[in-house]
Amino acid sequence: MADTTTRAKLRWGLLDVFVVAFALFPVLWIMSLSFKTPATLTDGKFIPREWTLENYRTIFATDQFVRALVNSIGIAMIATTIAVVLGAMAAYAISRLDFPGKRLLIGVSLLIAMFPQVSLVSPLFEIERQLGLFDTWPGLILPYITFALPLAIYTLSAFFKQIPWDLEKAAKMDGATQAQAFRRVIAPLAAPGLFTTAILVFIFCWNDFLFAISLTSTERSRTVPVALSFFTGASQFEDPTGAICAAAVVITVPIILFVLFFQRRIVSGLTSGAVKG
Amino acid sequence: MADIVLDKVSKKFPDGTTAVRDVDLEIADGEFVILVGPSGCGKSTTLNMIAGLEDISSGELRIDGQRVNDKAPRDRDIAMVFQSYALYPNMTVRENMAFPLRLAKLDRATIDQKVAEAAKVLELTPLLDRKPANLSGGQRQRVAMGRAIVRQPKAFLMDEPLSNLDAKLRVQMRTVVSRLQKQLGTTTVYVTHDQTEAMTLGDRVVIMRGGAVQQVGPPQELYDHPNNLFVAGFIGSPSMNFLPATVEQGTLRTALGDVPIGDRIRRELEGADAPRELILGIRPEHFEDAELVDEETRRRGAEFSAPVDIVESMGSDKYVYLTVEGGRASAAELEELAADAGAADFAGAGSNLVTRLSAESTVTEGEHRRVWFNLEKIHLFDPSNGRNLTLHEAHPAGAPAA
Repeated sequence: MADTTTRAKLRWGLLDVFVVAFALFPVLWIMSLSFKTPATLTDGKFIPREWTLENYRTIFATDQFVRALVNSIGIAMIATTIAVVLGAMAAYAISRLDFPGKRLLIGVSLLIAMFPQVSLVSPLFEIERQLGLFDTWPGLILPYITFALPLAIYTLSAFFKQIPWDLEKAAKMDGATQAQAFRRVIAPLAAPGLFTTAILVFIFCWNDFLFAISLTSTERSRTVPVALSFFTGASQFEDPTGAICAAAVVITVPIILFVLFFQRRIVSGLTSGAVKG
Repeated sequence: MADIVLDKVSKKFPDGTTAVRDVDLEIADGEFVILVGPSGCGKSTTLNMIAGLEDISSGELRIDGQRVNDKAPRDRDIAMVFQSYALYPNMTVRENMAFPLRLAKLDRATIDQKVAEAAKVLELTPLLDRKPANLSGGQRQRVAMGRAIVRQPKAFLMDEPLSNLDAKLRVQMRTVVSRLQKQLGTTTVYVTHDQTEAMTLGDRVVIMRGGAVQQVGPPQELYDHPNNLFVAGFIGSPSMNFLPATVEQGTLRTALGDVPIGDRIRRELEGADAPRELILGIRPEHFEDAELVDEETRRRGAEFSAPVDIVESMGSDKYVYLTVEGGRASAAELEELAADAGAADFAGAGSNLVTRLSAESTVTEGEHRRVWFNLEKIHLFDPSNGRNLTLHEAHPAGAPAA
């Protein structure tokens, strides 16, 4: 019995190591490339022979990348905040209230989530040009919110449904208004859900390339993934691979920090002890 | 502190079901009233309507003389203890108890003082800085009570507050609740499905069935003088025995032999539409081993003999299960009670008469035993509507022996 479990553990462990290596290897390779000099870039060695920070210096020296980084952070943060706030309200209503059109609302949000984004790009491009939103922050924030909301609503309503109804009743009996009950009792308990949702939405906004390349034209609102694709070397004969790799590493860092920061807040079992059983 | 008046209060749900029908109830200031009944009888809905968590479909609810139908729960100044306790898991015990006071915008010093007082009463002082997750069931229950008493509301509402505790703790907490209520003198409405809790706790008990009030009264009165079959079967443990009976030439033919009927009952039964088939109800303690009954007492009752199925000796007395012919009485009320007790599919097995005899009785299993029962304490019910025919002008008595 013990024998089989050890062997099973070993098997699973090996599989896990394989999967992790498979997923992380490209990332490590890019990190390695970002520290190489142009001369050794294509030598096929994992450990750089000559270490250099030149690539990083290059990308931060150009206004292009820094500006894109600011755009990315700003747009993703604003979109995440709005999507999570709206999503929380919608999810709360869906999980707690019975109102006419509830099923329709859920259906429509599911529809949006399933809609292929690429088919919306051309109409959005036209609409935004007419409205003067093209190449502005709101021009990207709005579609991001639209596509992030279904995700936010789904994740959050699952969290809200776990919170015992009685807690809200108790808060009302204790003298809280609906808003107070939500803010002081329900929201703190739904916090892990809010953080999870925020992470997912932020990653979605941060990684988006399709909308960002279609709905922007200048540095005014270009985000990092797009800016990367516009990278060129110092001269047209120079290979920008090193700089692109450095930038790729740089834009991965905020995501990792974001997840690490919020992960500590995602404490499971926060509602334990509220009600019996 | 206040009185609570329910005036023809009804609850209809949007899907058309009526959960509560025309409930009239006056709860005096400081009174401890129990709403009791099987699941689905509307007791919790009634409590939620008093709390303001459910809208009242029709009728009027007055607290302290004021109509509160349209007031939000927070404007009614009543506290509630939930079956699930509903403690805020993100707050410590202290914060949980302080929550209603903080919402009421009291100053810090007052809050601290009131929480400390309530904690002392409920012996929660050493637990004040713990989170609910680190408390036992009984401690959580006390915190829930503490949160209710801390702001001295006009009334307490309790929704099966003890049903999640284990049996021993429940008995212990029952006395705590009772003492606390007497100490504070706050009007309390308490919902339970447990008739023992109802009998032991309340000043008055309201028995509900299918959304309607069946009978309201002090526990002893409900026990002695149930006004219908449902109340008779619901109150008491072990519950009242019900046997089919027929009226023939001035006597009552039952499985326990022919029983004489008193004049008043006879007159009532002589009416044209009077039922011929009746249900005879006798409580277990109104039986006695015939050997132990003295001559004087014997005359007030009747005797029969039946095979003894099982004897359970409780020390103070003996529960003796007898088998008598003639089967069980059947009526809608009894089926509902059996279903609530989970015994619906168990009917018909073995004995059908539960008696409580003196501990001195030498009764043994398997023998035929002569058993006496008190005719003054029997009840007769009309099977069609469950009405207790032996009640007379609300001051009832058993059918007197002729």
